[in-house]
Amino acid sequence: MNINLKVWRQRNQNSEGRFEEYKVQASPDMSFLEMFDVLNEQLIEDGNDPIAFDHDCREGICGMCSMVINGRPHGPKQGVTTCQLHMRSFSEGDTIVVEPWRANAFPVIKDLSVNRGAFDRIIASGGYVSVNTGNAVDANSILIPKEVADEAFEAATCIGCGACVSACKNASAMLFVGAKVTQLSMLPQGQPERQARVVAMVNQMDAEGFGACTNTGACAAECPKQIPLSVIANLNREYYKAKLNGK
Amino acid sequence: MGVLSFLFSSSLGRKLVMAVTGIALIAFLLVHCLINAMVLLNDGGQTFNEAARFMAENPFIRISEILLFVGFLLHIAQGLYLTFDNRKRRAAKYTGNPGNANSKWYSRSMGFLGTIILIFLVLHLKHFWVVSRFHAPHALGEITYANGDTMENLFLEMANVFTSPYAVIIYVLGCFSLAYHLLHGFASAFQTFGINHKSYTPIIASVGAAFSIIVPLIFAIIPVVMHFGIIK
Repeated sequence: MNINLKVWRQRNQNSEGRFEEYKVQASPDMSFLEMFDVLNEQLIEDGNDPIAFDHDCREGICGMCSMVINGRPHGPKQGVTTCQLHMRSFSEGDTIVVEPWRANAFPVIKDLSVNRGAFDRIIASGGYVSVNTGNAVDANSILIPKEVADEAFEAATCIGCGACVSACKNASAMLFVGAKVTQLSMLPQGQPERQARVVAMVNQMDAEGFGACTNTGACAAECPKQIPLSVIANLNREYYKAKLNGK
Repeated sequence: MGVLSFLFSSSLGRKLVMAVTGIALIAFLLVHCLINAMVLLNDGGQTFNEAARFMAENPFIRISEILLFVGFLLHIAQGLYLTFDNRKRRAAKYTGNPGNANSKWYSRSMGFLGTIILIFLVLHLKHFWVVSRFHAPHALGEITYANGDTMENLFLEMANVFTSPYAVIIYVLGCFSLAYHLLHGFASAFQTFGINHKSYTPIIASVGAAFSIIVPLIFAIIPVVMHFGIIK
């Protein structure tokens, strides 16, 4: 199939970017990233600079691939990452606009690749549990009800790709932070640092320059792991509770 | 104040202010709407004027009015701050437009809808609140009903204002903006409070949708029926 692409090209964080138009011959069975591989081989053969884009596992679990496709992070399909999106989701002769995640907190490194270090710093501020070293404790010695384990796991499926930030009109990171806080606050291992954690993570989130949540729901609608909006409600509860306790 | 400073410094705190004041304003709208609906009894405004007199004289209502003003100011100031601040968080805009694929247009337009409501509010306060609170004694005109009760005729003031077709159009537009503002705001406030559960969130959404349609509709009907003389 013949595809027309308008791709954002930007040399580095400080340079002005612009759209470049390309034509690619793709198979309907290719993933969106494989189509970009084909395009990059063409560009290299012609002596041009290939397009920089993030990718790693190419099976939807690493959270590296990004790309805003026709204005939607990870493209038009629900519950998939860009690497799981196939060209059969598009039609012959389509023109597809491809842009990087756009948020002040995610500066462009080059072309479609952005720096998501802000997420790492949020995790470093409190998204962990402290455990004593020594012999590994038997996993079954801590009892966790099935429903709690399920809900914590649902939140833990967040791959930290940043689609929530990219979809939000305020570039807010609440779905990401909500998912991490929910996962850790539900499990016994997360209790000792529970209140200090949520305050530290929210402070770091604000310091990184993400916007505030206005409950439009765009984040949850675009999340490739379909993290529900309820994690943000839980983040709110956890934060207000911690604040009332003077944290 | 130290423990509450997060209400004006953190993103979650600011949001809480929007939700608390929003719910307070929703409660006010309910009372306001119930009183306005008395106009529709078509009794020459007697019930409505009696309710207006009660509201003007009751000390509890007078104190609530001050709180209401504080609520309005907080909601407006914080809302404007958040709207402009949030807009700055994405300096480079997208070219691709997802349209309404991932969110409702009105949930993305709360600042715009709120501004229309604010413009309406200024005009509305000038029409009725300033007139009924700060007028010279008896300037509004009094009316004596069949039972011998004499009171200020706020109903007549409504009839006067709504003779103008422009006033009617502005009031109906204000109600449209209010309806869409509430359609997002009502349920959104509960989400901000952290109230989100698969068993009761659908109930909040339904009650919110019903409130958002019925209350502005009653508000909007009154200028129209008064303008066309259906109620007099």
